[in-house]
Amino acid sequence: MSRHLNNLTVKVWRQAGPTATGQFETHVIDSITDEASFLEMLDVLNERLIADGKEAIVFDHDCREGICGTCSLMINGQAHGPQRATTTCQLHMRSFKSNDTIVIEPWRAGAFPIVKDLMVDRSAFDRIVESGGYITSPTGGAPDANLIPVPKPVADAAMDSAACIGCGACVAACPNGAANLFVGAKIAHLNLLPQGQAERFKRAEAMVDTMDEHFGSCTNHGECSAACPKEISLDVIALMNKDYRSAKFKNRKELSRN
Amino acid sequence: MLEDRPATSALLNSKVPAGVLADKWDTFKANAKLVNPNNKRKFKVIVVGTGLAGASAAATLAELGYQVDAFTFHDSARRAHSIAAQGGINAAKNYQGDGDSVHRLFTDTIKGGDFRSREANVYRLAQVSVNIIDQMVAQGVPFAREYGGLLDNRSFGGAQVSRTFYARGQTGQQLLLGAYQQLSRQIGSGGVRLFNRCELVDIVVIDGRAAGIVTRDLLTGQVTSHAAHAVVLATGGYGNVYFLSTNAMNCNVTAAWRAHRRGAYFANPCYTQIHPTCIPQADETQSKLTLMSESLRNDGRVWVPKNSDESRPAHQIPEEDRDYYLERLYPSYGNLAPRDISSRAAKRLVDKGQGVGPLKNGVYLDFSAAINRLGRNVVEERYGNLFEMYERIAGENPYEVPMRIYPATHYTMGGLWVDYELQTTIPGLYAAGEANFSDHGANRLGASALMQGLADGYFVLPYTISNGLAPLLNKSVPGTDHPEFKRVEAEARDRYQAYINVKGTRSPDYFHRELGKIIWDYCGMERDRNGLEKAISEIPALYDEFKKDLRVTGTGEGVNQTLEKAGRVDDFFQLGMLMCKDALTREESAGGHFRVEYQTDEGEAQRDDEKFCHVAAWEWTGDASNAQRHEEQLSFETLQLATRSYK
Repeated sequence: MSRHLNNLTVKVWRQAGPTATGQFETHVIDSITDEASFLEMLDVLNERLIADGKEAIVFDHDCREGICGTCSLMINGQAHGPQRATTTCQLHMRSFKSNDTIVIEPWRAGAFPIVKDLMVDRSAFDRIVESGGYITSPTGGAPDANLIPVPKPVADAAMDSAACIGCGACVAACPNGAANLFVGAKIAHLNLLPQGQAERFKRAEAMVDTMDEHFGSCTNHGECSAACPKEISLDVIALMNKDYRSAKFKNRKELSRN
Repeated sequence: MLEDRPATSALLNSKVPAGVLADKWDTFKANAKLVNPNNKRKFKVIVVGTGLAGASAAATLAELGYQVDAFTFHDSARRAHSIAAQGGINAAKNYQGDGDSVHRLFTDTIKGGDFRSREANVYRLAQVSVNIIDQMVAQGVPFAREYGGLLDNRSFGGAQVSRTFYARGQTGQQLLLGAYQQLSRQIGSGGVRLFNRCELVDIVVIDGRAAGIVTRDLLTGQVTSHAAHAVVLATGGYGNVYFLSTNAMNCNVTAAWRAHRRGAYFANPCYTQIHPTCIPQADETQSKLTLMSESLRNDGRVWVPKNSDESRPAHQIPEEDRDYYLERLYPSYGNLAPRDISSRAAKRLVDKGQGVGPLKNGVYLDFSAAINRLGRNVVEERYGNLFEMYERIAGENPYEVPMRIYPATHYTMGGLWVDYELQTTIPGLYAAGEANFSDHGANRLGASALMQGLADGYFVLPYTISNGLAPLLNKSVPGTDHPEFKRVEAEARDRYQAYINVKGTRSPDYFHRELGKIIWDYCGMERDRNGLEKAISEIPALYDEFKKDLRVTGTGEGVNQTLEKAGRVDDFFQLGMLMCKDALTREESAGGHFRVEYQTDEGEAQRDDEKFCHVAAWEWTGDASNAQRHEEQLSFETLQLATRSYK
């Protein structure tokens, strides 16, 4: 049965714009039902701010079902908060108790500049996909779908990697601000499949090079995978590195026969 | 048939090609005008929305060589709400050899839609469904496979064949990422310019033709004009008019509604779909509802206590005190009765006080029999991820306590009226995906929304838009310096400033929630004349209050989510009014539109084919409560009108 949380101290990052100086703002909240989601707690706080004539806290969110990847937030220093394999929007207040202090910050990464308050700009992810995160297949030219059998274990492994929601928690959790888990997941998804072989090495090279323009370097901390709401495995980084290395070191003509 | 009915209104020419149903699309393509490859780059097309329909249309049009400007209010094109679809996508591949065909998918879709959709559009949808699967596999969508490496299928409600392709419980996500990646490829190569965090706030019509759009940059508040030769709206449905729905928080009707106000007819707004298996509302602060896949009903048994004053926990209630009402009322389909029927049955029992849970607002979906029969392992294998999701949200373990579920708004079949070419009543303005009305009639079958979005974007619009653009070659079209663009821009700026200037006491969310309650109570799962009349009198009163007492804090410059919300709620008010009017004038029950006055002795929906075998398309007259109703007669040349039965 539901209970209510009282005397919650919420310290939330406020920043008027990308170049403005930010600071924490403290609010004390009472009578939040533990059935509420974390973002619904913020909704309640925002309603109160509006009632007081103040600006609502800006944060990104959309589906609130853990699939669109829009929501973010560092909650008490953890990307998406304390619950394993759970996005912020699926985190509920039953994970907290009365008198708790909750510190809320935006994603912390140089490649994700703050837009306002808790909202950041993750468009560097899109630049990486634009550089090669696709299989070139113009509409209308596809052969019958069953002409290309895909062994079930391969399809399953591709799906495990494709489950990435592009939220950026991996980057936010990484001490180096690296995007290797995100990029590795996309490369693994497409490079494992038979359909992805034609552009396999070109893709790995282009995506990694674009990644390097925006993000820090991976030093195998593994924080990314621990923070990932979809539990993407570190293996994808190994797959990415292998294909990137092949792309860089092998003879191009030889590669084309792979 | 129906000779005494008034002829279809003049603007509502569906432009369905003549000839045999199965040949119509080929006939269209054979006669459609083409644009030479070298000339395509002279045309600019605007695509608004980057869900399945928008992303696939933008990518394909750019591949063909058109200049494409794509718009999304999200931070990235990958966030569109198509991503949340779980179950799958239908296609008449007949890979299972179980008797499927284009004709059978067509028949199921028409019947599922309760004979309120246009035959020719639905047939074309079934035809191109097979190309969609080919296309998505080529793009690398990791559909589920058999051990031999071939594609796997599952079955879905309303069909007797297995034609649904799926990628675990994340089919929408995988299809959207496929389309997003094709779009990204075009952005990378310069074929598409993407405007993210940019919301459409108006459509510009010059000399009777769509000339472009006016947008508001959500980062700066800047209002800007964009001119084009054609505009595609792929902006989704309007389910968030109910406030609580399974739609994402930012889904809204603004693009479609602003087009409606500029002359696009809005068709069948009362056709909304309620999904029976959602997690019930837990408290007053709830912001949205979450759907649990319909597949759970394959093994879960739905029941409520027989006594409304029951207070024991579920496992202590003996069999004789339980009412397995779906099995009792619909013995042949049982727990798998169609969406609208299961939803209404749940509502009736909850209304009678037999609901379960702390707020008595749900029914049980019980897996204990399945766990006893199959073992926990098998149940976990089939539904493990859904059970985890339920536990995260509801805080109860469904292996031990039955799930609690209740219906929620999920999809809207109504939308902008379009002809066979997906063109609205404004020439040059097209609508695709959930934003249009054309393919699902009064009720959509499971796994058909993804199919329609991709069909429109990949395989229909590229042909029909070329047909529309060819005659414009080397003719000048108005640019953004045209006074009409300036006028509409100024109007939009004034509108957003006006929300800030009210300086009342209530937030946009407050009004949205209140509006949602009215629409849900009177234009939700069941409607009747009294309720709808009540809604039609209550909505304007609340709308007046909105105009006088709205409070938007902050300014129009920079990010202001409260201001964005105010604009969307404003449009929901007007649409809500039109929905109720449409529901009131449709004096029959059909699919998702259930009028209490029109039901059989057994409580099932009763159509009136004599009077209502038509599309109701509404024309804006300056005020939603005075909208003008037009009719497009539906004629069924291939199928016979029949009554749906799931007994």
